Parts: sequence; C-alpha cells; structure tokens
Amino acid sequence: MKELEYPFDPEWILKKKKALKRELLQNTQQTFLEKKIAILGGSTTRDIRDILELFLLNYGIRPCFYESEYNQYYADGMFPNPALEEFHPDILYIHTSNRNIEQYPSLEDDRTLVMQKLQAEYERFQALWEHLHAVYGCPVIQNNFEPPLYRLLGNRDASDHRGRWNYIQRLNQMFYEYADTHQDFYIHDICYEAADYGLERWSDPFYWNMYKYAMCVPAIPYTAFQLARIIKSIFGRNKKVLNLDLDNTLWGGVIGDDGPENIEIGQETSLGQTYAEFQDYLKQHKKLGVLLSVNSKNNEETALSGLERADSVLKREDFVDFRANWEPKSRNLYATAEELKLLPESFVFVDDNPAEREIVRQEVPGAAVPEITKVEEYIRVLDRSGFFEVTNFSEDDLKRNEMYLANEKRSRMQKNFSDYGDYLRSLEMKAEIGAFGPTYFSRIAQLTNKSNQFNLTTHRYSQSEIEQIAADPQYLTLCGRLEDKFGDNGVVSIVIGRKEKDVLHIELWLMSCRVLKRDMEYAMMDTLVKRCRECGIRQICGYFYPTAKNAMVKDFYALQGFEKLEEDAEGNAKWFFRIPEQYALKNQVITVTES
Amino acid sequence: MTREEVFERLNKVFQEVFDDETIKVNDSTTSEDIDDWDSFEHINLIVAVEEEFAIKIPMGKVVTMKNVGEMADIILQLGN
Repeated sequence: MKELEYPFDPEWILKKKKALKRELLQNTQQTFLEKKIAILGGSTTRDIRDILELFLLNYGIRPCFYESEYNQYYADGMFPNPALEEFHPDILYIHTSNRNIEQYPSLEDDRTLVMQKLQAEYERFQALWEHLHAVYGCPVIQNNFEPPLYRLLGNRDASDHRGRWNYIQRLNQMFYEYADTHQDFYIHDICYEAADYGLERWSDPFYWNMYKYAMCVPAIPYTAFQLARIIKSIFGRNKKVLNLDLDNTLWGGVIGDDGPENIEIGQETSLGQTYAEFQDYLKQHKKLGVLLSVNSKNNEETALSGLERADSVLKREDFVDFRANWEPKSRNLYATAEELKLLPESFVFVDDNPAEREIVRQEVPGAAVPEITKVEEYIRVLDRSGFFEVTNFSEDDLKRNEMYLANEKRSRMQKNFSDYGDYLRSLEMKAEIGAFGPTYFSRIAQLTNKSNQFNLTTHRYSQSEIEQIAADPQYLTLCGRLEDKFGDNGVVSIVIGRKEKDVLHIELWLMSCRVLKRDMEYAMMDTLVKRCRECGIRQICGYFYPTAKNAMVKDFYALQGFEKLEEDAEGNAKWFFRIPEQYALKNQVITVTES
Repeated sequence: MTREEVFERLNKVFQEVFDDETIKVNDSTTSEDIDDWDSFEHINLIVAVEEEFAIKIPMGKVVTMKNVGEMADIILQLGN
C-alpha cells in the first residue's frame, strides 16, 4: 500500500489508522505470516502498537500483541509472568527511552562514581535481556536512548563525564557492545530517528507530561516504521534484488542521444558527482548480499558503453543480470526473476521515469517501486525505505553476488553439453553434509526464514530455536553446503527431522533455489537415509503443506521414492518411506563429505 | 471561520479518527457518546484536530476541555 511506504504522511496515518487496518485486512491475495509480538514499554505504547500493526500487515505479517501495562517493562519481563509465558512471543520488544534511565550523573560525581552508575544502569538491562533469552528464547529488540532534550553543560555536556548527553552515549555504546556480540538481539535506533526527525519536536515534553509518550505522537509512525523494518527483516521479508534503469537513474542524460562521452557521471561536474555517489551507494549493497541487475530501454551495446567509462563506479560485472532492450520493463523484470530463480516480489525497481514505474507497479504486484524524482534524493529515498534492513549478516551475504555470477558462467557452460548428466559431472561438485553446527546457526535460521519456493513445510525458525533443535537428541538435523569449480554456494539445504521411536518425521526440508537441478536434494536424501540407519530409524514421514509459492515441490517426495499416504482438500499431504535393506544411492554427480 | 464551519470540519475529523461515518457531533458531545473515545484515542483526536486547523492546543486547555463545544471554542480562539 503506497500510503505506508516511505515517504509517508504520519499525521494522515494516525488519523486513518482504523480505516487503513480494515483495508489491509481485506486484501485477500495476501497470505499473512502470523506472529506474536510482546511489547514491554517504559512509556505509553498504544499507538506504537497500532501503527506498527499497519506497517507489519503491509509487509504481509499479521501480528497479535501482548502489551505490558504502562511502564511495567521491567517487572513484566524480569519476574515470573504466566500471561507472557502462555502468550509465547515470537519477538520481544523493549520500548524504553531516556525517561527510563534510573540514575543520571550529578555534578559532584567523580569519574569513578559515574562509571559505577553507568555499570549499574547497564547491568539492570543486561539482566533483563538474559532473563528474557533464557525464559522465552526468542529475538529481543531493544531501543537505545535518544539524546537529552536539554544540556545543562551546553556543548560540554557531550564530553564531560557528568554530562547527561555524554552519559547516554556511553550507555548506548554498552548496549551496542552487547548487540554486537549476541545473537537474536537487535537495537532499535531511536537515537538516530530522533536526530533525523528533529529532536526538538521529537522530545516535545507536552506528549510525555500529557500522555506519557516517550516521543511526540506525530513521530510515532516514524518509529513504528523502523521497528517494522527490523521485524520483517528477522522474518525474511527483505527485498533481494535492485532492478535498475540506466538513463537518468545511474547517470545523467540519455546515452543513446548524447553518446557515452556526454553522459553525467564522475567527478567533473556536480551532477556527475551526485550520480557517482548514487552508483557507489548501490555498489556497497553487493556486500550486503543484495543483487544488482539492469533493466534499461537501450541497445545493449550502447548501454554497456556507459558502464565502460573509466569513471563509472559500477561495471558490467557488478550486475548479475543485464537487460538492455526495447521490451516492456515489467517483462524484463519477470525474465530476470526467472533467471535468478527469485520471486518478482523480492525486487526493488528503481527508475526515474514515472510512466515506467507505473507499469511495473501495475504489472508486478508486490515489487517495491520507490518514488524517486531528483538524483540528489535517490539515496535518501532508497535508504529510508529500508528494503534491505540488515538484522543478520552472514559470510554468505558477502559472497552472494559472486555466487550468482558463477551461475551465469554455469549456464553458459551448460549450453556446451547435450547431456545434462555430463554437464553436472563437469561442474565437479563437492558437498559437505552434516548435523547443524554453531558456524552455520545464523545462516540456517536465515534460510528457514527466506526460502519460499523449495520449501516443503515453510516452518520458520529463529536462531535460538535452531540452537535448541541442534542440541536436542530427539532431532536429526542436516545442513548441506555445495561448491563446484565455479565457486562456493555456501549452505543451501536444510533438513530437520523429529524422531519418534523408529520413525523420523520431517518437519522441514528446504533448498535454496540457486542450486536447483544440481541433484543436491538426492545427496541430502542419501545422507539422511544413512543417518537414520545409524540411529535405528526404519521409516521416514514427509509432509507437504502448500503455500502460494511452493508448488514446485508438490511432488518432491514422489521423486525421492516416497508413497503418498493421505492428502486433504487443501493439498496438505503426508508421504511415507520405508528404508529398504538395499538402498541405492540416488546422487551420482556430487562428491559428498560428511561432517 | 464561523462556528458552523468549525463544527463541519470537526465532524469530519471525528468520522475519520473513529472510522464511523454516522458520527454527528454537537456542543454537548463528550467521550461518553462515542464508543471508541477512550483516553488513548483522545490523543489521536487532539493530534488530528491540531493538524486539521493548523493549531497547537496548549496543555492547559487540553486538560480542561469538557465537550466538543469547548473544543470548538478553543479552535476559534487559537485560529483567529
């Protein structure tokens, strides 16, 4: 819904929240992900809850809430709380602000005393986080602290150990240190939001003293939006691909008319510099694992000549897919999605031309189409939209673009083989398959939240849940990495099975679509059978739960040699496999090492 | 701005905030008369009224306002 995308009108959202909610829930095309969110507030949270709900619904997440009574965040979180335990939250959000700091420095304090106060304040929070982690084992989102509204020491407040502003920044640093070294713990940066919004308005004491809101009410949509970004990222609803126009988007001018020597890019002009900054901003996304692709109305050769300029920050090899032609852009976008085996709705289409944006908006439901108009605003609009909000950052993200480029090479090579088996053998694939290990916990959780297509049950797991499962002898887990002569694909397949006497129930089987048709699913099956035998399991039950996106694996278990036991009207099916005395290995093309 | 105009615009704000097109406010309307008008929604109502009339109602007046008639008086006072 465009009204809930950046840049939005916060007052309008507040006024229309009831009507907006009604409208969002009427969207019958959306299958909502249901999530339970507990808000532990140090101030009033009612509208934060209501507006957060709107943004989450817009991301396809339908929340239900637990909301602590006013300022009960500590008592609710720290002490036995049957209501919260029964609620069984998927996310705990601690909404505190500098109004909740219990001990500030006073002017007569020496450095040691201030340090003690800081430590006490920090430990109070740390105890809460650790308690929450132990009892609820779900991700925790914690606000940092916004700057103080007044500075008793003026500018010195920032640097003096007795200054509140100095104190708040040091406390924030301690929070960051914890966040940087703990999984499933995320900082919601209200300090940046307050600065961005304007601290003077943000901290208008009217709203605290009248209603006990930690920020002014019109700022609530800003803060709720940022919070929604973190939550949708945790639940795998980030975008994955930037689909970019060229003329007047990546450089100034129309290359077909002006010629590559006359487009605006590089350090020579202010306009050229602005485009170069934008290109640099985009290029940095590669390391986050965001894929870059081109979607331009140009002849291919002409389009390439722009990227070949020495001062072009982006080069041809930065793009995993490149389409410069005269096809409708919506068709190009679908073709790129097909090529990358990603869903069109995971795309962000960036084009300065409003007509092209409108076509894509109409033809590609779910794709994001930010309103960009002036080059000096491109970065701000993309950045503030939060399409790629980073919550977990794995080794895999750093390498993702390389992996897709390797895929391009593979598909070129495939054309040289008439026999598909020969092609697969020529890839010299090596897999490492074994039980879940700590190195991969983060990536495993990420995959369970991101994989939609090759996913039999679409169960989502937090990292804490993955850790629990890995440690639980009732479970048999497998995680598979695949590499070949073109590169390392990283962890691409996950299986979670629950043992019940001599039966294994497969609660999750997924694979990344980037390794489709490489026989990795057979290598996983072979190892699964071997591990089952080692622990006395004779039968395997597989489950298929259809979603809007996983039709490709409807008959997956049939291919693996399972028999269908039952299927209901919605297509939910149960499959059965008895491990034979003589099990013939299914995978013939991948060399497997077990770990 | 006449008092009638204020009421006309106020009525629209009430309808939007409470998502109910049947609402008709008058001088003596209070929170008792509208189902969803609790202390939380009161906050939203004030913010929406402030936006509609481009005014900022001081704390002292928000606290003492007893019915929609008084709200209209404050708007007229601040708007002129």
